[in-house]
Amino acid sequence: MRASDAIIKSLEEEKVHMIFGYPGGAILPFYDSLRTSNIEHILVRHEQSAAHSASGYARATGKVGVCTATSGPGATNLITGIATAYMDSIPLVIITGQVDSNFIGKDVFQEADITGATEPFTKHNYLVKNAQDLPKIIKEAFYIASSGRPGPVLIDIPVDIQKEHIKYDYPKSVNIPGYKPTYEGHAGQVKRALQKLKASQKPLICVGGGIICAKASKELKDFAEKAKIPVVHTLMGIGALPSDSPYYVGMVGSHGHSFSNQIVMESDLLMIIGTRVGDRATAGMKLLNEKQNIIHVDIDPAEVGKNIDTTIPIVGDAKNILKQFSNKCTTLQTDAWMEKINQLKETYHKEELDASHVNPKKALNFLSKVVDDEAILAADVGQNQLWAARNFKIKGNRKFFTSGGLGTMGYSLPAAIGAKLAFPEKTVICVVGDGGLQMSLSELGTILENDLNIIILLFNNSRLGMVRELQDIHYESNYFSVTLNKNPDFVKIAEAYGLPGKKVTSQKEFEETIQGALTSKKGYFIECVVDSDFSTL
Amino acid sequence: MNRHVLSVLVENHSGVLSRIAGLFSRRGYNIDSLSVGETENPNISRMTITVSGDDYMLEQMKKQLNKLINVIKVVELQPEKSVYRELVLLKVKADLTHRAAIIETINIFRGNIIDVSNETLTVELTGDFGKIAGFTELMAPFGILELVRTGFTGLQRGNTQLAE
Repeated sequence: MRASDAIIKSLEEEKVHMIFGYPGGAILPFYDSLRTSNIEHILVRHEQSAAHSASGYARATGKVGVCTATSGPGATNLITGIATAYMDSIPLVIITGQVDSNFIGKDVFQEADITGATEPFTKHNYLVKNAQDLPKIIKEAFYIASSGRPGPVLIDIPVDIQKEHIKYDYPKSVNIPGYKPTYEGHAGQVKRALQKLKASQKPLICVGGGIICAKASKELKDFAEKAKIPVVHTLMGIGALPSDSPYYVGMVGSHGHSFSNQIVMESDLLMIIGTRVGDRATAGMKLLNEKQNIIHVDIDPAEVGKNIDTTIPIVGDAKNILKQFSNKCTTLQTDAWMEKINQLKETYHKEELDASHVNPKKALNFLSKVVDDEAILAADVGQNQLWAARNFKIKGNRKFFTSGGLGTMGYSLPAAIGAKLAFPEKTVICVVGDGGLQMSLSELGTILENDLNIIILLFNNSRLGMVRELQDIHYESNYFSVTLNKNPDFVKIAEAYGLPGKKVTSQKEFEETIQGALTSKKGYFIECVVDSDFSTL
Repeated sequence: MNRHVLSVLVENHSGVLSRIAGLFSRRGYNIDSLSVGETENPNISRMTITVSGDDYMLEQMKKQLNKLINVIKVVELQPEKSVYRELVLLKVKADLTHRAAIIETINIFRGNIIDVSNETLTVELTGDFGKIAGFTELMAPFGILELVRTGFTGLQRGNTQLAE
């Protein structure tokens, strides 16, 4: 069998239905085999978007996302998307073409050492030197990408190797001596954690994206409700617990809710689950005090104790460990603690939201009320991201995607495309700023070509709003290179790509337009004109 | 900052050394010495990595190494329970006036002279940290012309094996 056919057959074995990519000379044998397969290929407009779309697809489906590009510039254009997936623990398999194996190392046309370049931000990568190894490598790549702490795995395949003939035999199992993820929590540690929990007066659970990776939302809800423990979350933990749960508190960190941060500091026992305790999640907080016990649960042993001292470390899968917690815990007396938390939340919700131009906070609150519970929202990076994170409520099966770790502008539009292709029947909303949109504007072409009904919600303040805020705070308001005063007519651009659109300048106009867009069940582009001084928090 | 010796079993593939070196550099950890070679199993290599760092850094180094898919096992060698050796080749100025004294010192340290010229002697010496340091200190006044060290390598004492 031709090696390129073997690659496709291996992908079929892994139940791959869709690949996001961009062809080029060094990946053409692969494309020639893909042409006759049942796997759908989505031709993006830039390789970076192939990785982001595969990431959106992976987040939406919980499966491994697959993307591909040619050697050299094709492969290097993938890099930001790969690093984005790595930071957010998204399972991807990336297949890149490489120059002829006889030419590797000779700086030939379109040659780049992509395994070397991506080594720091892939979970693992392969440069294929022997065509016969391909099925085994693909099997391993999918296993590594999707097991333990998920992440991207890259397979670089020289073009001559794709053309070779091999004996196809897809392995049934994987045996990698150095890779044995721990799924079960250590029983002794779980027991110790529950003993500490029992003695706690003000317990608190803080969850991150690990809950979503482990598909452990139900187990989290069961545990929090049974033991009566309030839950805060990081940016990546949005959606881990529905916001209408009585034990839901809010988001922590530099851009989280102030009451959430206050509660973290006041708690006497903090149970951290599936979060690496990143710097943005802890900014402005003094997490450790003498009275506070920290229990850290993570599937990646390297995260436990990396950023925060831990009283009880537990390595394992969040789903399993939460089940263990639920089975063995007792109901705690947290009524007074919950009452205090609810009072704090009340005070926050009484804050008035001003209403000049379109108020993005109000707009996203409104969107929360009118959109269905199955909707997927992909937020970009910057002010729009945090307006969405803080104001779009997750309930039902809603999902919230964003580039939490790397903070990649231009992420949301291709990620929304991936999500929409995974679930064509679901409402998919892309929230983006005028800076981020222009980083992936070309993907309107992918939307056009695939006739995707995505709602794009552009908050246009003609600024790189968050950078401007940083200049405000740290550089004495000496603004430089953060204005985008000569933005194009975005609605006309959207219309040129076949997407109907409207520019709205008031809250009322926004509310009417979004309701119309949602009921029409068709793609729509809404440009909201936002006051350039409107703050993130 | 204490010195630690890590013994690391890795899959014997090209690119593994680069992954490990890259891991240390991008995390801001310094490798003091590194030696690597095939083990009794040709599919597996053993790296001996000498690093400096506090307890937090050491724990992170071990955990981050363990995260690499090609890394099979990481163990810190405890000085009292391990044997360390390093090979040094040292070329020292050795005219007739000093030659006898130099040879005497080499014999005390159980080194071997492996090359001789009218003006120089080249010596091979194996030993642990202290022995190598002591020997080079004594050779320095004669004039060390060139020196090359392989980096430390080590094994746990007794029956203990760094099992796969």
